[in-house]
Amino acid sequence: MKEFFIVAISIIIFIVIFQVSKATEYLSILKGEETTRKQTNKLNASLLFGFLILGLIGVWYCNHLYYPKTLFPQGSASVEGETIDKMMMVTIIITGIVFFITQIILFWFSYRYQEKERRKAFYYPHNSTLELIWTTVPAITLTILVVIGLRFWFKITGDPPKEAIMVEITGHQFGWDVRYPGKDGVFGKKNFKLYNNPSGNTLAVDFDDPASHDDIRSTEMHLPVGVPVKLIIHSQDVIHNVGLPHFRMKMDAVPGIPTTLWFTPKYTTAEMKERTGNPNFVYEISCDQMCGKGHFSMRGVIVVESDIKYKTWLSLQSPEYKTIFKSETADSTTATADSIKTPLAKAN
Amino acid sequence: MSSIATSTDIHVQHGHDAHFGQHHHETFLTKYIFSQDHKMISKQYLISGIVWALIGGLFSVIFRLQLGFPEMTFPILEDFLGKWAPGGRLDPEFYYALVTMHGTILIFFVLTAGLSGTFANLLIPLQIGARDMASPFLNMLSYWIFFLASVVMVSSLFVQTGPASGGWTVYPPLSALGDAMDGSKIGMDLWLISMALFIVSQLLAGLNYVTTILNLRTKGMSMTRLPLTIWALLFTAILGILSFPVLLSAAILLLFDRNLGTSFFLSDIVVAGKILPNEGGSAILYQHLFWFLGHPEVYIIILPSMGIVSEILSVNSRKPIFGYLAMVGSLFVICILSLLVWAHHMFVTGLNPFLGGIFVLLTLLIAVPSAIKVFNWLTTLWRGNIRFTPAMLFAIGFVSMFISGGLTGIFLGNSSLDIHLHDTYFNIAHFHIVMGVAAFFGMFAGVYHWFPKFFGRQMNNPMAYVHFWITLIGAYLIFWPMHYEGFAGMPRRYYDYSNWESFKMFAGLNEFISIVAIIVFLTQILFVVNFFYSMFKGRREKSTNPWHATTLEWTTPINPGHGNWVGEIPEVHRWPYDYSKDGREYIPQTEPIGPNESHH
Repeated sequence: MKEFFIVAISIIIFIVIFQVSKATEYLSILKGEETTRKQTNKLNASLLFGFLILGLIGVWYCNHLYYPKTLFPQGSASVEGETIDKMMMVTIIITGIVFFITQIILFWFSYRYQEKERRKAFYYPHNSTLELIWTTVPAITLTILVVIGLRFWFKITGDPPKEAIMVEITGHQFGWDVRYPGKDGVFGKKNFKLYNNPSGNTLAVDFDDPASHDDIRSTEMHLPVGVPVKLIIHSQDVIHNVGLPHFRMKMDAVPGIPTTLWFTPKYTTAEMKERTGNPNFVYEISCDQMCGKGHFSMRGVIVVESDIKYKTWLSLQSPEYKTIFKSETADSTTATADSIKTPLAKAN
Repeated sequence: MSSIATSTDIHVQHGHDAHFGQHHHETFLTKYIFSQDHKMISKQYLISGIVWALIGGLFSVIFRLQLGFPEMTFPILEDFLGKWAPGGRLDPEFYYALVTMHGTILIFFVLTAGLSGTFANLLIPLQIGARDMASPFLNMLSYWIFFLASVVMVSSLFVQTGPASGGWTVYPPLSALGDAMDGSKIGMDLWLISMALFIVSQLLAGLNYVTTILNLRTKGMSMTRLPLTIWALLFTAILGILSFPVLLSAAILLLFDRNLGTSFFLSDIVVAGKILPNEGGSAILYQHLFWFLGHPEVYIIILPSMGIVSEILSVNSRKPIFGYLAMVGSLFVICILSLLVWAHHMFVTGLNPFLGGIFVLLTLLIAVPSAIKVFNWLTTLWRGNIRFTPAMLFAIGFVSMFISGGLTGIFLGNSSLDIHLHDTYFNIAHFHIVMGVAAFFGMFAGVYHWFPKFFGRQMNNPMAYVHFWITLIGAYLIFWPMHYEGFAGMPRRYYDYSNWESFKMFAGLNEFISIVAIIVFLTQILFVVNFFYSMFKGRREKSTNPWHATTLEWTTPINPGHGNWVGEIPEVHRWPYDYSKDGREYIPQTEPIGPNESHH
């Protein structure tokens, strides 16, 4: 019923606008088209000026309402992200200045130079000096932005510090799997052909590789605060994206082509709860690349905690190798680890 | 000039006769359907574009309902959409289908075919002084292949598994694997076939435009006397010819991967529990091929609008366009650079950082010619005597939108900032303002300005003003706040944000945006009503030159027949921007330079 009313009212408004517009045009013919044209011209010029004023107020008001909801007031949760925030502010200021100057000029000129009977337009086809100025000034400004930008870019995309820990994250429709390399600091090899759902080897780890035996698998990512972390990013099926808005980081997960990113968490989850004043705060991993029906629900969680807590958590996790082969041996008591591995590989 | 009218088209050969229009009995079929008259083909493109724009816009309204009111149900949706909206709430799969189709339709069918198809066809022969296109037959063919592409695309909306749903960029492996998504089943094949046909149509059209502009200019119409609309359309056509074939190759390779078991884009994939045999392909290769068209494509969309706006700003300020040569030069530079910046869409794909750096440099370079254009438009307004026709208002709105959307490009083009903003609502705001709304404003300006040339009538002005003001204000209300959502990292293409601690605080804003979007959409219907009403019942235009413009299209009868000029095609003696020169309001291009005339 409500919908019916909305539709009916819309149609009525529509018909009113249509009829009034038609009537106005007939009226203008009666009043003399030239007079009406001049009146409308004046009205539109004033409206453009009004739009400028209201628009400027609107820009301020929108900023007032929504700036507190952006991530900038709470600061970057990663050390590297701080440089990005700084650069964002520099860019906002530079583009902001250009924005205000050009928009004000545009609407002011429109209002100021509206048609007047006595005025003659000024024949002014070109001026090389002016054009040279507004070629070089933007060129210099943009060079500055490019130089600052690239300095950050090469730093962020360069090698992480040596003490960085490594964590592997794998996307699939629609969730994330996290793997730690264990005590040896080396990840076991993966081969997508070893994927086996019933056995639980959904990460397609090659358990023939001894490096895999102490690898820890988790659905939640735990990270120690203040230690650089390098993420190694895989995808199992389609392209996903590890989006970490709080850390100002983002990288695609591409099947067949592992990618990486690194950052240094600056605040623990608990500290962020205080900083944001939100007791429910969590670091979320959002999938930022369209990946199918459940794209919007592909959520992961990162827990940043003190080094001690992190190490305690890690020590409580049992390696994936153990969990998989323990459950297998429990199922069929006669089977040994070796004989399970073989059908595992053959099944594919 | 008469010697070059040796086209294959019989109508055109008779064009020199004073009564050219009456020589041939045109049936309904040859006049309205399989017409070879560039003006009729232009109208066909325009009306197809309007129909597509309504469909594409309606799709966005439907998915905005979901975004704005995720908790509500709309039983009316179930009545129309059946299983796609069970219980009156959109199915996520269908939500993504709508998003994908909204992008595909508006980018390709409306703002490429509808915009340059309409204005290239209408303006190229009329403004350069030609009786028709170089090949009227190819021109007709181009429209009908476009029509065929439309039919295939529409049919994909009705297949059981739904149309393509992987986003308008259709990245594989998502788009290559039917197991990954329902929309990647038969709907995706139809999408690719439709795009292949579309590309063929655009190539035929583009070759025709370039040939016509280079060869069929009337006597005296040197390249530096071309109106900026023609320059813009020329560069648009060249860009299309150079980049569309690459998308065609991508579409064909993707069809192979989907149906013939090849592995161009596929490697190491386990989907829906199945291990695929594909090895050695690269999903990123597709993105390179796609964006090699995809980036020039945004300039294919915006350049015609730039040309239209340059023309309309000049005519209605009663002043020459400021810096004609700089305007042509900046179009040229934009055209070249746009072919060299495609990878700025791929900064977060794991691209080699050094290569990324090069693309940052080239991308931000584009801001320089863009800035030149903006400053030249502003100077064109300076000390003018401005008439605010609906077309002029939309042209001013275009400049405003182009500034707003262009400046945010400086954020996204700088790779370090792109890391945070990539694929967020900031990105949505950026490209909707700079190539969606701005291009539409150029198109509206063009339709209002040349409506008398299309139909010999004027559109209803009061309705046009209502249309302009609601659209301008509404567009800013919709897209301006989205920048803030992007600053908060809110990802695009999400069906529902209510489970996200980081993004759910924007629920109120999303609702507001949806309401404004619905109002703006209804206002566009007002434009369509005005368009069709005025086509039949609008004020008849009595003057042949209602805007007191200098260009050649206003030297023909107001509603010209096939062949455009009665009698000889006029000769051109000057550039098209002699407004307010030597105390005269305007001097047509056809008037010889006077002995005492000042040089500019």
